[in-house]
Amino acid sequence: MDALQTIIDAIALGSVYALVAMGIGLVFGVMRLVNFAHGELITFGAYALVLTNHLPLVVGIVVCFATVIGLSLAMEVAYRPLRTSPPTTMLVTTFAVSFLLQAVALLAFGARGQNANVLEKLNTAVSIGDLRVRWVTLVSIAVGAVLLSGTALILRRTDIGLQMRAAAMDFRTAQLLGVRATTVIRFAFVLAGVLAACATVLLVVSRPLVTPGYGFQLVIPALVGVVVGGLDRLTSATLGGFAVGFAASVLGDVLPADGRVFLDTALFLLVIVVLLVRPGGLFTRSRAAWERV
Amino acid sequence: MRRLGSASQLVAPVALLALVGLAGSFTSRSVQFQFRFALVMATIVIALYVFVRNSGVVSFGHVSFVAVGAFAAGLTTVPEALKLSLSPDLFPIIASAEVGNAMSLGLAAAVGGLFAFLVGVALMRLSGLAAGIATFAVLVITNNVLRNWEAIGPGARTLSLVPETTSFMQGTVGVIAVAILAFLYQRSRWGRVLRASSEDPYAAQGSGVNIYRQRLVAFTLSGALAGFAGGLFVHLLGSITTQQVYLDLAFLTLAMLVIGGVGSLWGAVVGALLVSGVNSLLLSAEDGIGLGFVDLDVPTGTRLVTLGAVMALIMLFRPTGITGGREIRLPGLR
Repeated sequence: MDALQTIIDAIALGSVYALVAMGIGLVFGVMRLVNFAHGELITFGAYALVLTNHLPLVVGIVVCFATVIGLSLAMEVAYRPLRTSPPTTMLVTTFAVSFLLQAVALLAFGARGQNANVLEKLNTAVSIGDLRVRWVTLVSIAVGAVLLSGTALILRRTDIGLQMRAAAMDFRTAQLLGVRATTVIRFAFVLAGVLAACATVLLVVSRPLVTPGYGFQLVIPALVGVVVGGLDRLTSATLGGFAVGFAASVLGDVLPADGRVFLDTALFLLVIVVLLVRPGGLFTRSRAAWERV
Repeated sequence: MRRLGSASQLVAPVALLALVGLAGSFTSRSVQFQFRFALVMATIVIALYVFVRNSGVVSFGHVSFVAVGAFAAGLTTVPEALKLSLSPDLFPIIASAEVGNAMSLGLAAAVGGLFAFLVGVALMRLSGLAAGIATFAVLVITNNVLRNWEAIGPGARTLSLVPETTSFMQGTVGVIAVAILAFLYQRSRWGRVLRASSEDPYAAQGSGVNIYRQRLVAFTLSGALAGFAGGLFVHLLGSITTQQVYLDLAFLTLAMLVIGGVGSLWGAVVGALLVSGVNSLLLSAEDGIGLGFVDLDVPTGTRLVTLGAVMALIMLFRPTGITGGREIRLPGLR
């Protein structure tokens, strides 16, 4: 029974990480850009929830979505000069943007955490047999499943989805065939924003204390998951995010109490091992050669 | 004449560093610290430059080597009783070790180099994004272990009472020595071979270059220099915690390198000194300073916002940095 409990919690955390990872993967697909600043979407979304704490919940969630999607679109505009840059330049630039937004949050809201009490009812537990599962766990799994399959549907069944997949495969050729670069890239950022906003609401329920580093702490493991899973395909990137969330949650439960402080070490060692064994990604078919990714 | 011409590329950065060292020693006590801080930052940035420039692989993890160097130099120059009062579980060999100032800097370089070698053996097969993420993982692991394993250091506590021996003399000589080593390496056969491999890996491999081995050499050298810089750093501050050698420093040093320009030693030096200067100015502006005609007093946090904005803008609109990634050539010495 204990094992089952561990697995359910791990699936819930994995789902949230998968949402974040899929957002990163969508943007990477069309732009070959890894967005370190993806975490700040979550940070600012969470602050939006803090600021609307006294207003009705619906207003808070609407403001949160508007903030996150707006910020995501602003990033799309800011990253335009990068479209032809080498990967290293892109990586360092988004790192700088992430740092800048964290500094802005620090300036605006201070270093001390602020509470966003939304949907507290979801923190109560429900008993299923011997298991005690919090509502938020179940909601996370459900929302994760719906959004991930929804995004997959958009990519498979709509025109814009088809264009995005074409752009991800070969941007230049897609452009020659009439795909508008800005349209697909902007759409990817909107989708990434929607996924990040949903992840924000889910996260804030179980971790209501929002600090300037809120999203950054989360995006690092998710980003690592994306690379570990394999950036080349959205599915493998998403699975990678899920795997890292799952592993973090399981390690947290399995490690002995005095070893728990070394959770990060264990997790990141695991990541290094995976990168060494399969540099192209855990869930990709081919072992990538030297200079891929 | 050609030899002289290439050496002239070393003259400018060294002269600038010497000038900063000299100018700083004539300023008031509180400003002196800022100057010495800038020199130590320049040392770290040059160490980072050695690897990033020649291999073309970005590393988020070099602050790990600064961290181990800093703690190695710090722990070997603090009295045994103090060490044991901070963390009773310390390994006896670390607790009893006590060496002189110069020796502690050498030890810092050795520890940094050894650690970089061990990390490099595993990671230098990776490149691009995977390498960036993996070096980031190294930084997280190093911080996590240093912060929690009290047998090798003070853990989350502050290691204080480290002798503050990083004088202008030591700082200036140290940073110039590191700059010369970086220059010699980049002019050497190994440095050229590695740069060739970053420009075209297939052509380089086709010419018989073992990229893995060349990267490992650069990574180890760069780690040793970073460790040495860590030694200077801890002897500058006099006390240190694990959080001082973590994400913020990693960002700051990477920003310095990128703002100056990754492509040249001159860029690394200019970036480090310029950003340190702006950083110090903003830091004192946050406390409020009078500039003669206006009083500058800005809210706390302005410093980080400014740094972040400058770095983001430079990356977006001038990705080769303010020096354009070129070495400076003195007129007359072509």
